[in-house]
Amino acid sequence: MKKVIMGNHALSWGAQLGRAQVIAAYPITPQTQVVELLSEMCANKTLDAKFIKVESEHSAMAACIAASIAGARTFTATSAQGLALMHELLHWASGGRNPVVMGNINRAMAPGWSIWTDQNDSLSQRDTGWMQFYCSSNQEVVDTVIQAFKVSEAVMIPSMVILDAFALSHTYEVVDIPDQEKVDAFLPKFNPPLRLTPEDPHAFGGLTGPEHYFELRYKLQKDMEKVPDLVEQTGREYEKMFGRFLGQVEDYRCEDAEIILVTSGTAGYTARVGVDQLRQEGIKAGNLRIKMFRPFPFAKVREILSKTGRVAVVDRNISYGHHGIFYQEVKSALYGQNHDRPLFGYITGLGGRDITPETFGEIARMSLAKDKPEEDITWIGVKR
Amino acid sequence: MKPKKKAEKIVFQSENDVPMMPMSIGSMLYNKTGAWRNIRPVIDNSNCIQCGICWKFCPDVAIKIVDEFPVVDLDFCKGCGICAEECPSKCIAMVEEEK
Repeated sequence: MKKVIMGNHALSWGAQLGRAQVIAAYPITPQTQVVELLSEMCANKTLDAKFIKVESEHSAMAACIAASIAGARTFTATSAQGLALMHELLHWASGGRNPVVMGNINRAMAPGWSIWTDQNDSLSQRDTGWMQFYCSSNQEVVDTVIQAFKVSEAVMIPSMVILDAFALSHTYEVVDIPDQEKVDAFLPKFNPPLRLTPEDPHAFGGLTGPEHYFELRYKLQKDMEKVPDLVEQTGREYEKMFGRFLGQVEDYRCEDAEIILVTSGTAGYTARVGVDQLRQEGIKAGNLRIKMFRPFPFAKVREILSKTGRVAVVDRNISYGHHGIFYQEVKSALYGQNHDRPLFGYITGLGGRDITPETFGEIARMSLAKDKPEEDITWIGVKR
Repeated sequence: MKPKKKAEKIVFQSENDVPMMPMSIGSMLYNKTGAWRNIRPVIDNSNCIQCGICWKFCPDVAIKIVDEFPVVDLDFCKGCGICAEECPSKCIAMVEEEK
């Protein structure tokens, strides 16, 4: 069934098709429609889930964690300040190995008060132990939520499905809604190996001394390391049933590229248009879109970037006092790989300022004009 | 009431023995939080109506029902006073601990 839906509703559809059993969420612009449609779905009984109204995002995540410990498939969604308020509980969900799936709409952090997109909200949660998937289309959002449940529950690690404010959250696109029976065949019921039950009572998350804590964290990392292969395998399984493949990264015209633009989120698809325009001008450009940010897709990034000449990482985020965050991550992935090609770091589009195909044209031409970057941050579009 | 499981101190030799989730690590056996207490609940059984409200409200599960009356496990009671506050017949007094 094809429907024209907004990005936010794509998250709700993903949660309904994935048969989430408990939803606890607090509305925040630009995420509100996710929660609105989910509450309608629960009221109309198209989704057989317990919808828990809460007084804050902190409580929303707490409720999801508790439901997950009891063995329920859980979903929530938030954005920016709401995600920041959840921070403590994000550690609790991953440390407790509760495979909650959450939609996050990338919105710039205040102050100045903003509702427009950039990635600093979710990237600030980089080290909480959550998987992160950055989406570029509404179709990808629906498909990613369904696969996120499967991957999360296989390794018992929560995941964040991330979309740009307005550029995707409020943009309407044609989406092929998968058949419920096929999704049920792809995604069996959540059946955790350990759960809270009166049949076998246990205390969860209790005091853990130095003699045990270290091993718990070791196991979390070891399971995180299984995710890249698992995402590939789950993606292939999904492709067989639904005809669409989603992996860790997506490359576009990279084979013979003299300059590869590394992007994420909706800027990834804008970059494709930029790449096509550059190719018409005779500049061999390519695009690598990083879909999965945590765990970082080291192997894929190394494989694709080893084929090319120059690399320009375009960040819609910044680590103050350091560089663009994807730039840091790509540099770290390429360290020790006999990679002596110049790596350029660009920051643009903070707080929702437009990123257009021409932005990528400018970036590609700038990167080809110099032998190496003069500084680690080249600002694109800042008025100075 | 279901019989309580006997908890034992759990010793892990390797990460393979550690459960994936931080659950039932066994730390509460030797971490006797009763030592934190400044005031202690003293129950007057002659006024107790055996309603079980203190048992239900105790956040540390430090109240057991023995022969149908509540008994405080002083190894774990932190002296929060919630039992005394909630008791409908006011038969629990909070008494200062002496050195």
